Amino acid sequence: MEAKSSGRRKFLKTSAALIGAAAAGVKTAGEGSPTHDMDMPDLEALIAYGQRSPFVNSKRISVMERMSPDEFGMTFHVLSPIQDSVGMITPSSLHYISTHRGSYVPNIDPKEHRLLIHGMVDRPLIFTVDEIKRFPFVTRAHFLECLGNRAKATHKTVQETHGLTSCSEWTGVPLSTLLKEAGVQTGAAFIVAEGAESVKGATSIPIEKALDDCLVAYGQNGEALRPQQGFPIRLLVPGFEGMHNVKYLRRIKVVEKDYMTYNDYGHIVPDARVAALTRIIGPKSVITFPSGEQKLPGPGFYEITGLAWSGAGAIRNVEITTDGGQTWKLAELRTPSYPMAHTRFAFPWTWDGKECVIMSRCTDELGTRQPTRAESAKFFDKPDDSNFRAPGADNTVLPWRIAADGSVHNGMA
Amino acid sequence: MAWRKLLLLVAVLSLAQLAKAQSPKYGVGRTPTAEEVRAWDISIGPDGKELPPGQGTAAVGAKLFREKQCVVCHGGTGSGGPAPTLIKSDGKKKPMYPCLAPCVDDSNVMALHAQYATTMWDYINRAMPLNKEGTLKPDEVYSLVAFILFKNGVIAEDQVMNAQTLPKVKMPNHDHVAPAPEWKHAAPRLAGYP
Repeated sequence: MEAKSSGRRKFLKTSAALIGAAAAGVKTAGEGSPTHDMDMPDLEALIAYGQRSPFVNSKRISVMERMSPDEFGMTFHVLSPIQDSVGMITPSSLHYISTHRGSYVPNIDPKEHRLLIHGMVDRPLIFTVDEIKRFPFVTRAHFLECLGNRAKATHKTVQETHGLTSCSEWTGVPLSTLLKEAGVQTGAAFIVAEGAESVKGATSIPIEKALDDCLVAYGQNGEALRPQQGFPIRLLVPGFEGMHNVKYLRRIKVVEKDYMTYNDYGHIVPDARVAALTRIIGPKSVITFPSGEQKLPGPGFYEITGLAWSGAGAIRNVEITTDGGQTWKLAELRTPSYPMAHTRFAFPWTWDGKECVIMSRCTDELGTRQPTRAESAKFFDKPDDSNFRAPGADNTVLPWRIAADGSVHNGMA
Repeated sequence: MAWRKLLLLVAVLSLAQLAKAQSPKYGVGRTPTAEEVRAWDISIGPDGKELPPGQGTAAVGAKLFREKQCVVCHGGTGSGGPAPTLIKSDGKKKPMYPCLAPCVDDSNVMALHAQYATTMWDYINRAMPLNKEGTLKPDEVYSLVAFILFKNGVIAEDQVMNAQTLPKVKMPNHDHVAPAPEWKHAAPRLAGYP
């Protein structure tokens, strides 16, 4: 008892001292008695929703080639700082953003929002957000990646080369549950999914995929979706390029053919092989440490680490080379390897202080291995020079060159 | 005869199974009214069956292109503005907007990538003009589509666009689009790549 009350007195004393110290730091502090008009820390805010340390300043930046805000005062493409990332989950605040041409981030009142399912179904249905939450839910980790996530020789950091991908833990209702509730009719081949933002962005998705593993998600990393990620509900189409993952989902129309609508037609191509590589992502990996513009302080022990992901399944393995591709060794997977999710790899390594080129390449559960640029060029019968642009969603290997002074540079440059 | 009875039994059982599979399991959500579905459904498919009544011409579209402020973003001649090029330019003016994939050249006409003219109708109707999306009337959308198609040499100046004529327009890119292969669970992205 004695110890306890003494502990409590000590706590009260310490608290008073802390408040006093805070007050002393303010110009208007007088006679040591705090007054209400002083610039006190917002204790209510500190209690209500946590903030990161002021010493942590990892932040998103806009894509150099497509600045945000653009000429219309709108955001387009914002890169996630994956050079600072640890583990496999991207904090919601640092998730990359790609928006439709001409869409603002809407503030949607979830009480007013509805999802309509109609078209080739036996029973058209309309749901409130609360009704969607009544269905059996699943929680799964999935990455998203923008088709524009393409490393260029002019890029300096891994944020610039690979920042248009992120991975979250998503919670929602399998789309198949909602589609079965409506009763998909024979002959249905695609769905058209549409958002509620100003331009009502829409995309077409094969019905087999819609009934396979798509989600109508309302949760991201343990809380409600962020508005930039589609609050109150969004579609997740695991492994498909980001564009298909419709935010602010308001309508699903079941149709008999590919509607090639708003989001889709800017990505259409004349080559079926490129169309396939455009729709599905990866397998892809990148080293996030050591990466561009970071510096190794000197020779010695380090762990090479990075992220690997595939749009066709889970990551089976990741290989690392520290001699420019002459020899490859298996890295360790340090997180569970979930289908269509970022997987964190690491490779214990002792740097001898000499210039070298490091790379990672991954293989997914289907046995598909991430290609080098040379391998991609060879497949398309193109010369492997600086003009070569890997068709579709670029998943080629990115080399980092470590100079003798420990500085790290884009190996494409 | 026995095998016939068996076949009948199997058929009846399958039907029962089918009926069971297709009945709602949770009973959550409500049936929208036909009016609600009509008001929400702005998807226009390639065959144009959802196109509303109405019509438009390039001449009316030319007027609307100015009146509806399209010129502010897309340029007075439909090119050279900050927004994507809508009308082929002489190639002398470089657009301010980045060339969007599939980027052809500086006179890249975004609207002409579409495989079907119905996509242009759908796009303008849902997403234009900036900050007044969804306010154009069907006649106005038909006219704007007619104007852009005429200025790009796809249709004649006097060709009337409506629910019957629009789906029949052959877009210049129609035969240059390859769809992605049929999607299958656990199939590789592209067999043999790299």
